[in-house]
Amino acid sequence: MLEVQDLHVTFTTYGGTVKAVRGVDLYVNEGETLAIVGESGCGKSVTSNAIMRLIPSPPGKITRGMIRFKGEDLVSLSEKAMRNIRGVDISMIFQDPMTALNPTLTIGTQLMEGLYEHQKVTGQEAKRRALEMMDLVGIPNPEERLKQYPHQFSGGMRQRIVIAIALICEPELLIADEPTTALDVTIQAQILELFEKIQKQTGVSIILITHDLGVVAKIADRIAVMYAGKIVEVGTKREIFYQPEHPYTKGLLRSVPRLDLKGGKLAAIEGTPPDLFSPPEGCPFAARCAYAMEVCTHVHPVKTSLSPSHQVDCWLQDERAKKLLATSSPK
Amino acid sequence: MLRYILKRLAIMLVTLWIIITLTFILMVSVPGSPFNSESSSNEIVQANLNKHYNLDQPKYIQYLEYIKSIATFDFGPSISKPHQSVNDLLGRGFPISFELGIISIAVAVLSGIILGIIAALRHNGIIDYLAMGLAVLGISIPNFILATLLIQQLAVNWEIFPVATWSSPAHMVLPVFALATGPMAIIARLTRSTMLEVLTQDYIKMARAKGLSPWKIIIKHALRNALMPVITIMGTLVAGVLTGSFVIEKIFAIPGMGKYFVESINHRDYPVIMGTTVFYSVFLIVMLFLVDIAYGILDPRIKFHKKGGD
Ligand SMILES: Nc1ncnc2c1ncn2[C@@H]1O[C@H](COP(=O)(O)OP(=O)(O)OP(=O)(O)O)[C@@H](O)[C@H]1O
Ligand SMILES: [Mg+2]
Repeated sequence: MLEVQDLHVTFTTYGGTVKAVRGVDLYVNEGETLAIVGESGCGKSVTSNAIMRLIPSPPGKITRGMIRFKGEDLVSLSEKAMRNIRGVDISMIFQDPMTALNPTLTIGTQLMEGLYEHQKVTGQEAKRRALEMMDLVGIPNPEERLKQYPHQFSGGMRQRIVIAIALICEPELLIADEPTTALDVTIQAQILELFEKIQKQTGVSIILITHDLGVVAKIADRIAVMYAGKIVEVGTKREIFYQPEHPYTKGLLRSVPRLDLKGGKLAAIEGTPPDLFSPPEGCPFAARCAYAMEVCTHVHPVKTSLSPSHQVDCWLQDERAKKLLATSSPK
Repeated sequence: MLRYILKRLAIMLVTLWIIITLTFILMVSVPGSPFNSESSSNEIVQANLNKHYNLDQPKYIQYLEYIKSIATFDFGPSISKPHQSVNDLLGRGFPISFELGIISIAVAVLSGIILGIIAALRHNGIIDYLAMGLAVLGISIPNFILATLLIQQLAVNWEIFPVATWSSPAHMVLPVFALATGPMAIIARLTRSTMLEVLTQDYIKMARAKGLSPWKIIIKHALRNALMPVITIMGTLVAGVLTGSFVIEKIFAIPGMGKYFVESINHRDYPVIMGTTVFYSVFLIVMLFLVDIAYGILDPRIKFHKKGGD
């Protein structure tokens, strides 16, 4: 349903040009949840904003690539045409529910304005839809709550409202950028359950951005691992959790705290991500990779398919490297 | 809400009382008397006059007399303008001053906000720099200098507008311009900076993600939040326009209250000083009150009364 190919986004700043997204390929099938994981600053938010065409410009710009949604390339769409896609076909949920709602407008107004903007609805019809949505996301006393202002709701309740706002025009794709990061753990679990319930009821596809692998394990169908503006490994949840091949993915998985392994420190990945002002020529992870070879620092790895759904950008998966490793033991 | 208003009214009365008292103290401690300037140096005449206007009484009696006159809204006769009561002067002067003040404030607020929005939307563009450059000029040139420059250039040299007085819309242009420019510049700068800040907020991004049109986002989501700080300074601006109007009325020979106010001080016309001061004070206090109410209406987070927890 959504297919992103070779997406490049840059930001022009006083310090130079930041290459925040450097050739992202991904696709989302109908009714599935794709999780994008990766450490802070790797370009997850920029990728999702690019799909919505909400990159602040200037300084940001989509310099290359294609975002195909239902047969149309969103990159070349006019701003006006894009407005009819935002909120209608693709919706977005933001990280911080405390700031995502306008403090001066009632919940009802903010909930219904998308409907009024995109569909010819009567006041009655809009209200009926709003109450339905409040019910769907689990807000008690919806009739009364519609007249209230954001400051009268708790963080978890606000995130439910944000979700209701995103869903009111029945979009086909929902992009959730760290929807639970700002919430405490019990509320997080409730919101994740809400996502599952909504997906079951409406069949909406979800792109879930997070750096919490626990969240991913719970609700993702497929996982894309992002590093320094690129997707370095993508696969089904099983493939990523049980047969990770990219050293970065393995590192990520090892750095999750576990209850079953007693003692021992958390295995953090040593080093820091590369500078996106001047990303390295070769594999961006080479400098931090325990298995890095000569080729890794000079040439960017080609994509290797391990299965129809599992792709990885790593020289270790190249046939030649495998042959080499088989004949000589690694240093 | 009602309790809040009653409380505010009480505070307003106390404020007014303090103003009256201070004005009285200042008034009697400034040397001179209403009759010094006149040539009628006849001692008996002066004594009679003093008696007629209660000026021979001890100060505290005079003070109580003033309080009484204010409480009954009857400020008595003017001293320097015989046969005219202070109420007559106020009745004649106020509509004109009010017109000048309201038009100036309206012009300042409207053009200031529009200028600020345009500057914010064209952030770091030529229009932005131009608007903000003008705003700096507007803030730094005092209104009496601007007024004289305007008269010199537009009225005397080019003869586009009349030089002075207040008798037709054309007469209003220069004084309003002179009075409104400063506040307009302040509002424009403030609107621009708050607008720029508001535009980076998450709820603006959220509004964009809903697919709303740019205008709807600006008017409905951004402007209302951006105007909050502007409303906060409205009280100060109204006070500024008010004091500015004394000078402007004098320069343009506008027969408003400001003219009587300034003259009354020069002539030590005590009843007129008291009357105009009270009138100006009441006006300003009420304006500040309205600003607070408006603020509460715009920002739902502000409660006028405590009603349970959140
Ligand atoms: N407006 C901007 N101007 C300049 N650089 C930007 C801008 N927005 C993002 N970037 C850069 O793009 C890179 C990717 O940022 P992005 O917000 O996508 O990271 P992220 O993966 O979402 O991280 P996080 O997990 O912290 O949200 C960062 O290095 C950041 O410096
Ligand atoms: Mg982010």
